[in-house]
Amino acid sequence: MMPTIALSVENLSFAYGNKNRNKTALNQVNFTIRTGECTLLLGPNGAGKSTLFALITRLYDSRQGRIELCGFDVRRQSRRALAKLGVVFQQPTLDMDLSVMQNLLYHADLHGMDGKLARQRIQQELERLDMYERRFEKAKELNGGHRRRVEIARALLHQPSLLLLDEPTVGLDVPSRTAIVSYVHQLASDGQLAVLWASHLIDEVYPQDHLIVLHQGSIQANGPVSEVLAAAQTDTINAAFDHFTQAGKP
Amino acid sequence: MTAPYPTTLIHYWRAMRGIVGREMWRFVTQRERFISALVRPLVWLFVFAAGFRASLGMAIMPPYDTYILYEVYITPGLCAMIQLFNGMQSSLSMVYDREMGSMRILMVSPLPRWFLLLSKLIAGAAVSVLQVYVFLGIAWFYNIKAPWEGYLLLLPCLLLSGLMLGALGLLLSSFIKQLENFAGVMNFVIFPLFFMSTALYPLWKIKESSVLLHLLAKYNPFSQAVELTRFALYAQPNPTALLYTLIAFMVFMTAAIIGYNPSKGMMSRKGGG
Repeated sequence: MMPTIALSVENLSFAYGNKNRNKTALNQVNFTIRTGECTLLLGPNGAGKSTLFALITRLYDSRQGRIELCGFDVRRQSRRALAKLGVVFQQPTLDMDLSVMQNLLYHADLHGMDGKLARQRIQQELERLDMYERRFEKAKELNGGHRRRVEIARALLHQPSLLLLDEPTVGLDVPSRTAIVSYVHQLASDGQLAVLWASHLIDEVYPQDHLIVLHQGSIQANGPVSEVLAAAQTDTINAAFDHFTQAGKP
Repeated sequence: MTAPYPTTLIHYWRAMRGIVGREMWRFVTQRERFISALVRPLVWLFVFAAGFRASLGMAIMPPYDTYILYEVYITPGLCAMIQLFNGMQSSLSMVYDREMGSMRILMVSPLPRWFLLLSKLIAGAAVSVLQVYVFLGIAWFYNIKAPWEGYLLLLPCLLLSGLMLGALGLLLSSFIKQLENFAGVMNFVIFPLFFMSTALYPLWKIKESSVLLHLLAKYNPFSQAVELTRFALYAQPNPTALLYTLIAFMVFMTAAIIGYNPSKGMMSRKGGG
């Protein structure tokens, strides 16, 4: 099966502030992501990663440029576009007073899922992450790694075509982090989901991944890991990252 | 691979059920919140009203057809106060939710933003209606009784005033980023709205002391919510209050939707990472 384009971003620009005081956060950003690909969005703090995510999820809106999710324009066909999207935000977004099950059923309701289907999907996703046994525990009783797993299960509940992850492993211990990195790569390699993962941790990149290096609101590099390394004329992602994000510095 | 998508109406219904259900569940499981929501008006009723009973004489005025005790007069005002606090508290929870990120989850669900915000408001209003009826139940044992049809008629009116006050809170929350700022707004919004209204004293009494205050109280949307509640409780129509509350709701709601609109509102001006 040919991989399809899950996300396409064309000429996207965005600035904070008003006419008098403008701070450009994104400048003419272009890229596409296909199903079966895991794309790591790398960039130092303030590079524009969170702004890009806020635009893709339509928390912010930009008149300059175009974002399409599976062919649906995020601004004009937002309902259909957002239905294709699963998101794991950087901040914790579970309701701590509710159980795992209640949190997931709430999400299923927001996506209009039928109750029976919702319970089936919850079981499938939680079992894949070894969390089904804990479905009746309150979110506040779980540790950070387990909460993240629930958030990933929740993002996948409605079977999206694109999974967005905004630095999901921040603050987790090494085993939890490794498990999540490996799980998400597995999801992408199953071939039916595209993953866009914002990170500043180089060791989360797998050799088969795609890379987008964002710096000061512009894309500095975009392509498979091998191509990005070749462009930077280096062997390590660390060096390539430095190459693209420190260019122009004294 | 995408799951079969439900028809629009079913989707809307399920989402609203989810949002209202979540809010109700949170309310009944947070016992402290339930108790504190009741204690506030009860203190006003049992302590404040009892103390002022002697000094504040009430003339006969609609909807009352006889002389009434001060406790009877302020009961509808206290019902509206419950809704005012609840409306502001729901917005507080929205500021909190936004900081916690669960507002983000709501906002990225595939439904129009106005519908999501309206559902949030209905959820908040439903909680406040529940609180008001419990309060009126206690007041009944304190011998503050209204005709049974009044209690029935009150339901839609409480929903409307709850929505209006919730929309006002929502509008404020769209302008507030940090929780700390909200505390200030509570003082600048709740107290003026409450004290410059007909909740504690009738308009003619205010007029005796200040014409300006009388004007402010007369056009205060909170006064209209109080009067709507007062007349409904005694099963009498008050079209002015009804219309005024309805219009206030629509104005606040429209402004709040604009405030939460990603391209026009405050969200984009607040910045981010």
